Amino acid sequence: MKRREFIRLTAPVAALPFIWNGFSLTAYGRSRFSDALLKTTTDTDRVFVLVQLIGGNDGLNTVIPLDQYSAYQAARSNIAIPEATLQATKLSDATALHPAMTHLKSLFDEQKLAVVQGVSYPNPNLSHFRATDIWLTAADYDQYLESGWLGRYVDEEFPGYPDGFPTEAMPDPVAIQISSVVSNALQGVTGSAGTAITNPNGSYLSPGESGQPPNTFAGAQVAYILGVQSQTQQYSTVVKAAYNNAQNKSTLYPASGQNTLADQLAIVARLIAGGLKTRIYVVNIGGFDTHSSQVTNSDATTGTHAALLGKLSLAIGAFMDDVNLLGVMDRVVGMTFSEFGRRIKSNASYGTDHGTSEPMFIFGSKINGGLYGKNPTLPANATVNDNLSMQYDFRQIYSSVLAQWFNVGTDELTSVLWQQFDALPIFDSITGLRNTSAPGEFQLYQNYPNPFNPSTTINYQLPAESDVTVKVFDALGKKIETLVNKHQNAGLHAVEFDARGLASGVYFYQIEAGILRDVKKMIYAK
Amino acid sequence: MVFNATQREIGEWAAPQAAGVVKPLGSAPQRASTLDLTPYETPLDFQHAAHLLRRTMFGPTFAEIQAAVGTTAAAAIDKLLSATVLPSPPVDYNQNDAMFNQVWVQQPYDKNQETSWRLSLKAWWLGLMISQGVSLREKMALFWHNHFSCATETVGDACYMYAYNNLLRQYALGNFKTLVKQITINPAMLRYLNGNTNTKASPNENYGRELQELFTIGKGPEIAPGDYTNYTEDDVKAAARVLTGWRDNRAQITSYFDATRHDTGDKQFSAHYQNQIINGRTGAEGANETDDLITMIFNQNETARYICRKLYRWFVYSSIDDSIEQNIIAPLAGTLKANSFEIAPVLKQLLTSQHFFDNSDTGFMGATIKCPADFYAGVVRSLQMSLPADTVAVYSLLNYIRNQMAANGMDILDTPDVSGWKAYYQDPDFYQLWINTSTLPQRSNFTSAVVRANGVSTSTFQLVADPIAYAETMPAPSDPNELLKDFARHLFAMPLSDSQIAYLKQVLLNDLPDYEWTNQWNAYVSDPSNVNNRNAIRDKLLNLLRAMLRMAEYQVM
Repeated sequence: MKRREFIRLTAPVAALPFIWNGFSLTAYGRSRFSDALLKTTTDTDRVFVLVQLIGGNDGLNTVIPLDQYSAYQAARSNIAIPEATLQATKLSDATALHPAMTHLKSLFDEQKLAVVQGVSYPNPNLSHFRATDIWLTAADYDQYLESGWLGRYVDEEFPGYPDGFPTEAMPDPVAIQISSVVSNALQGVTGSAGTAITNPNGSYLSPGESGQPPNTFAGAQVAYILGVQSQTQQYSTVVKAAYNNAQNKSTLYPASGQNTLADQLAIVARLIAGGLKTRIYVVNIGGFDTHSSQVTNSDATTGTHAALLGKLSLAIGAFMDDVNLLGVMDRVVGMTFSEFGRRIKSNASYGTDHGTSEPMFIFGSKINGGLYGKNPTLPANATVNDNLSMQYDFRQIYSSVLAQWFNVGTDELTSVLWQQFDALPIFDSITGLRNTSAPGEFQLYQNYPNPFNPSTTINYQLPAESDVTVKVFDALGKKIETLVNKHQNAGLHAVEFDARGLASGVYFYQIEAGILRDVKKMIYAK
Repeated sequence: MVFNATQREIGEWAAPQAAGVVKPLGSAPQRASTLDLTPYETPLDFQHAAHLLRRTMFGPTFAEIQAAVGTTAAAAIDKLLSATVLPSPPVDYNQNDAMFNQVWVQQPYDKNQETSWRLSLKAWWLGLMISQGVSLREKMALFWHNHFSCATETVGDACYMYAYNNLLRQYALGNFKTLVKQITINPAMLRYLNGNTNTKASPNENYGRELQELFTIGKGPEIAPGDYTNYTEDDVKAAARVLTGWRDNRAQITSYFDATRHDTGDKQFSAHYQNQIINGRTGAEGANETDDLITMIFNQNETARYICRKLYRWFVYSSIDDSIEQNIIAPLAGTLKANSFEIAPVLKQLLTSQHFFDNSDTGFMGATIKCPADFYAGVVRSLQMSLPADTVAVYSLLNYIRNQMAANGMDILDTPDVSGWKAYYQDPDFYQLWINTSTLPQRSNFTSAVVRANGVSTSTFQLVADPIAYAETMPAPSDPNELLKDFARHLFAMPLSDSQIAYLKQVLLNDLPDYEWTNQWNAYVSDPSNVNNRNAIRDKLLNLLRAMLRMAEYQVM
């Protein structure tokens, strides 16, 4: 058993650091033990879906600035979406989605869609390959990282993964890519943290590997090796079981083969509903490199880009409908990104060339829907080299996902993203309740927000009425405050903790309810 | 040491089957190539040239294959068989040793140095596999090591093992009969199979048995109690008596004949040896009985056939049916005898034959599974990963790879037992024994580790593929389709399907149009010092190569 798992499994009973009355962690200093405690794997059932739009999406025709329509129209007269067609998909008086994105518009109206404008990074790169690497690894423009941001998150949570896994605590793949190739975003420090699947029920081999070997002596050897390869896919059983444990319920999904992204997300929905503990799914859709014929000559609302955005919108709409019907919606958020946006000015081929900033979409029921950032400022007479300016660094959005959705602490956040970025308040502050726990189960939930400043909410669930204390301790085991000390009924309870006047750092909150006790850590970051 | 493994019998046909694995797809043809040893005279194209070099070397480079294209098979094999200068011996690479950076192979036994020297020896040999040019020498040295199996663990002396290994190299392409004589009295082999304790007073049958069972005439079916078709238990006893008296001399790292230990009586052999009697000799003359014994064994037709079958399994395919026995093995054996047991003419005949080059559905191109040496040395060599010049660095790097090979089932100079590696005799699985749920991920983990931006880096060495340099050895790297095609025909011994090519192209380009690759490549070429341009294509190529090296097709050759 790994040290960290040991701590995790024993912590609820041992209720650190209180088991050695009088022996606070002071005596040990910053030991391996306290390090392990500080890094205790977060207990979460939250799922994150990363949607990659390959090729560089034209953000200016995706989220259209109605308030600068004439400048917009002037800069790209041959591909500009007519103003009249943008009424049904308006997000505000000043901003509209592409008319093909009706499902995303509905999600926006339901507060289930956040649109973040002007996302990029300093000194953006216009190479598909390099820019993709920057986004996937969360690197600076001149920094070359071998590991991906999600791979590093997995490393923080499950050290050594995938070596030594599956375990009792994590029997399922931590991250799944619905593709034949594992994304570099999932590249961990030592190995890939991703498991690639194309057909959960299939032989578990990517299409490139599972082609029918010829009936030759060489083909027979390859067939043998494929058989062994299939056996080595240790997660195939659990993935197949989860897949077969749930059925898609949304009727919005198009027929299979029509919309690759919808097909991939339908698999994700089934795996989530089927009970996989997988935290991260990566899906993608290609074709956004629209240098030419982005729109048809006769109608700018049709053509390659309109078809792609329509597929994107429908795929996410169907997926959200599905996870809602499957009863897992509150556990799921997703995010789109592309390696770059495109130039303000269109080219003569009814297309656009590689550019910089782009809008990102975040979807889910537990997010703060709405528009983040303002419309980009368009020059009156855009030239071929004009680009949209940056409002947000993409790593701010990553910070939001990691800190607010996965409750990653400040130290770990820095080791995942290499530096500190100000997170945007994208995620709903009451997220994180495990809707899978049995009604009568004893639960101490992760505080929210976390890290926090200056106050945070602690939720817990009592299986029966009992005398309850909730106390806060600092990292050395010194009691800071007693938040609750009374007789309470069964059910869900919440208590606020205000840290004003305390130093930044790690704190623990401990609950005792009759014979039950538990402890979790939280981070106060001023 | 008694050899108990079931050996397949001649004429028994076995197509490869998946041991304990449900075979998902594809199956072997019902019959093997009917082409014979008629010379293949068409100038070699890339596929044929690559086939020849893959089977005779450890991971030929693209350039080496290209150089053979357009030549005849005869010319190509002549180059592979041409004489080479024997390499300088290994040196001690442990900086704490008194012998650091010096040749140790003639040193007195020193238990404190033994570990260093064993590692030095094994790493050195792996280094030769990787760094030799176009030559059959090291592939044949490994063949002979598998044939005349010997293990460092048992012999217990790195200097002895160096002498053994060097003997195999010296005779790699030489005379089989002479090599058998030399091996019989090699100090390491005398220890390994107890020849050095075989005395008149207390005969040890071990070597006398293996000499016949495994090294020369081979064990056939037991047709009567103690009768193995080609020899009998009494022949084992008689051979052991012939061989009494040989001893090893540690100081000289040689062997010598001790007449006082020799059984001077006459030795009667069975009808399988025409009831021949080897007359006992006295004094130093007793040593000549060993020559009599070897001559007697080599006078049997089966001896030539036995080694030809082993060569066939090593270079062509595992199963030998009646047709191959008659049309390939028998004529090869004839060639061997006609050339006084010189190996080179046999290799030339086999490796220039239409049978060897048969690329039809019943041919054997791609039908062997890479042994760990083919796989590990092959990936390093074919991608031209550079080896450091520094002694500590290069030996450490080679031992890193060698360790991986050992974990993968092939610990060179430590064969599992006297029969050699099972993949070359265990019917019906043969080569498939190299691949299981443990070894297959090890192989892919290795390639994925070295095909990364920083590869495998330690405090003493870095082992890393340079994908751009590799791509630059291809004729048209700016064209993604051509590049992929060239990578594929270099790395794979069988053609890929359209869907596999499409998959790999997606790995490279992620659905982007072809010109994006061309633009990126040209941007790099126009300014190779631009790190952005360089890393952009480097990372794509690393992705592609990792995916290719993980494919099942990369395991076969």
